[in-house]
Amino acid sequence: MTAVAVAEDDALWAAVADPTRRRVLDSLLEHGEATTTTLAEGLPVTRQAVAKHLAVLNRVGLVAGRRRGREVRYAVQPERLDDAAEAMARVAAQWDRRLARIKRLAESVQAEAEINFQHQQGECNDRSQDWNS
Amino acid sequence: MAADSIEREILIEASPEVVWGVITEPEQISRWFSDEAEVEGRAGADGALTWKPGGRGGEKELDVIVPIRVVDAEPFRRFSFRWNHPEGSAPDESNSALVEFSLIEEADGTRLRVIESGIDAVTHDEEDKARYLEDHEHGWEKHLGEMLDYVASKSHGATR
Repeated sequence: MTAVAVAEDDALWAAVADPTRRRVLDSLLEHGEATTTTLAEGLPVTRQAVAKHLAVLNRVGLVAGRRRGREVRYAVQPERLDDAAEAMARVAAQWDRRLARIKRLAESVQAEAEINFQHQQGECNDRSQDWNS
Repeated sequence: MAADSIEREILIEASPEVVWGVITEPEQISRWFSDEAEVEGRAGADGALTWKPGGRGGEKELDVIVPIRVVDAEPFRRFSFRWNHPEGSAPDESNSALVEFSLIEEADGTRLRVIESGIDAVTHDEEDKARYLEDHEHGWEKHLGEMLDYVASKSHGATR
């Protein structure tokens, strides 16, 4: 992992960590391509706020703008979105493996405890038989 | 759930007491987490997790030692800690990730839930981030709560 890749990853993470930006992405994916004005109409934020969020998303390469006459139309860059998903997924995958190990350990401890318990019960039964005979 | 947090859970066929022991006792922690663990199951306790070369962390040349501080320890129910803060400094929201375990007793055993949040906080420092990613590098499967589902489904939708 190079420092550059790490820095890129970091920025990407921060970009998708914001809930409003996720809604902007969401809306953009629905529209396919949209202007700042169109996006602001469907969201509970101002046009200026949408423009700011688009700038952040644009900087990390999650969206790209294309000038058409007087307006700029934005669209999602799917490859970068996959990178973001991957970055979030690796931490989760790590916990899945840890939880699986915890499960295996705890269940073996539990099984051992139960065998010991049955063993003790067995000894008690043996003893009570002795007393009865 | 915060955007930079993940939540996972698993059903374990064992009592909460047994599961508690596995997640809080150092000799058990070293069997599922780090290669060595200095941890006390007591709120406020500072400790360290160590990954050894050739151990669970994979190909490392040196020991990787990660500070950990127990935040909350309620026997058989809740265990949480902060980790990955810079050595020697007090962990808080800005410099560490928070891991919260909750144990829920069920008919078949114990449901163990883990939430790690503030992942973003530990990834601001370049060196830490590199180390953190190295620790998390093996096996990048899909999965992760609402965030991942969102991103994955949307990205495939966009590709069409």
